[in-house]
Amino acid sequence: MSFVSRGFRRRQEPDAPSDRVPPGQYVTHDFPVLSAGPTPRIGLDEWRFEIIGQVDKPRGWSWQEFTSLSAEDVTVDIHCVTKWSKLDSRWHGVPVDALLDGAKTSADHVMAHSYGGYTTNLPLEDLTGGRAWIAYEYDGEPLEPEHGGPARLLVPHLYFWKSAKWVRALELRDTDTPGFWEGYGYHNYGDPWREQRYSGD
Amino acid sequence: MAGTAVLRRLTWAIAEVVDRVGETPRVQSLTFDVPDWPGHLPGQHIDVRLTAEDGYRAQRSYSIATPADGTRVTITVERLEDGEVSSYLTDVLEISDRVELRGPIGGYFVWEPARGGPLGLIGGGSGVAPLMAMLRARVGAGSAVPVRMLCSWRMAEDVIYAAELAAIASEGDGISITHTLTRSAPEGWSGRRGRFDREALSQLTWPPAMEPLTYVCGPTGFVEVVASVLVELGHEPRRILTERFGPTGG
Amino acid sequence: MTSDSHVDGNALGGVLMEVFGREMTGARGRCASCGSVGPIGAMLVYRSAGDVMRCPTCGNVVVVVATIHERTRVHLAGMTWPETNQ
Repeated sequence: MSFVSRGFRRRQEPDAPSDRVPPGQYVTHDFPVLSAGPTPRIGLDEWRFEIIGQVDKPRGWSWQEFTSLSAEDVTVDIHCVTKWSKLDSRWHGVPVDALLDGAKTSADHVMAHSYGGYTTNLPLEDLTGGRAWIAYEYDGEPLEPEHGGPARLLVPHLYFWKSAKWVRALELRDTDTPGFWEGYGYHNYGDPWREQRYSGD
Repeated sequence: MAGTAVLRRLTWAIAEVVDRVGETPRVQSLTFDVPDWPGHLPGQHIDVRLTAEDGYRAQRSYSIATPADGTRVTITVERLEDGEVSSYLTDVLEISDRVELRGPIGGYFVWEPARGGPLGLIGGGSGVAPLMAMLRARVGAGSAVPVRMLCSWRMAEDVIYAAELAAIASEGDGISITHTLTRSAPEGWSGRRGRFDREALSQLTWPPAMEPLTYVCGPTGFVEVVASVLVELGHEPRRILTERFGPTGG
Repeated sequence: MTSDSHVDGNALGGVLMEVFGREMTGARGRCASCGSVGPIGAMLVYRSAGDVMRCPTCGNVVVVVATIHERTRVHLAGMTWPETNQ
């Protein structure tokens, strides 16, 4: 029987799973900042977003061009692998569907690349069908650098490490390669509803 | 490598709480008696691990605030507002309770009198704890290493080890201690106010030409500012050692 | 408070000591990316899903610590160990 600390209990109990809260998560009203590295500081005049890789015509946008694209407000629940969930978070951004519109590709996979070097991999299918955005506003304000600004990938149906902060490119690929956390034992897909936190879950 | 001088493996030990001292309304020093404790160097820390009935575990690191003293190990804990571990240590733990800990840990942020000086100790809030171990070692060993200690606190009631620091400073034995209050000062406070900025650091720290060994400890933002100012003032970066607590101390 | 919240290599002292069986924060490591050598205790540690240790000179990742299903793994992603200090 291992040692038990008298009177100690966890501060944050997981909330009962519901149709809003995946298993093992607790709801927070904060917006914790977690990062694998320093916050990149990207000037808007140097910022670019690109679709590259296995695509007939790679495409890219400057900040001016990007923010002139038709964008939408979305309110979504987000779920972090470190167990916090934030409900009804409000974002504004360009649907990835629109960015891929007209692009010819045989690729099934995507690697998202961020300023600062972070990467994460996803199936192309999970970025389409109205399930992903490149978001540049949060809660009605420009997205702050510590939360991924100028712009981040937003894919709320997967654990939030897939919503790459400081996104700079989506690379379309024929083969799947693990991104940063996936390469260190985190789940390749990351569905919070099946609690796919780690590889093998 | 000199293969025979291997430290013992790091394992979890079950220690008993033998003393507690209220330093300020939110800060306590807890002393543990740790079986087979091998001793430690000032600046080293322990990891404390708590386990709930359901197996849930939480673990945090705490600097040891005292020099080696047989099997006794003292840490200074600030109760953080959302602190899962800190609030257990300050509010629930009682004398004769037992706690799992391991250590001593650390080989970089350590000082002992043999390392010499002049010694600079710059701390913010509970970052003063490991510096206190160094200062207490310097005093207890009867060392002649001259010390300039700078402590930054938000308010007067946050000052940890106030009486002991005042007593050490008044001995005048080559140790000077300067406090500053950054948020508010009580009436009659004759000490410094405001953060340790470039001007304050250039006045209060050892001149770079004396090649001091400087230890800086506290929240990340504090340490960043102090360390970069020291480099700007001409201090050799390799002789500035830092321990950042980060935003979540526990 | 700066959003670049990181701590020092000291913060991984316990884990590294557990894995290597000896004190490592005073040991010097070499960044495989830029070649700079320095004490592991002085490297930068970012804490998120796991702990990411970065070279203080070039910022590249040198060590990643991830706890997966209660097993802690230390990945020497970009560091070589030229020497230890005993």
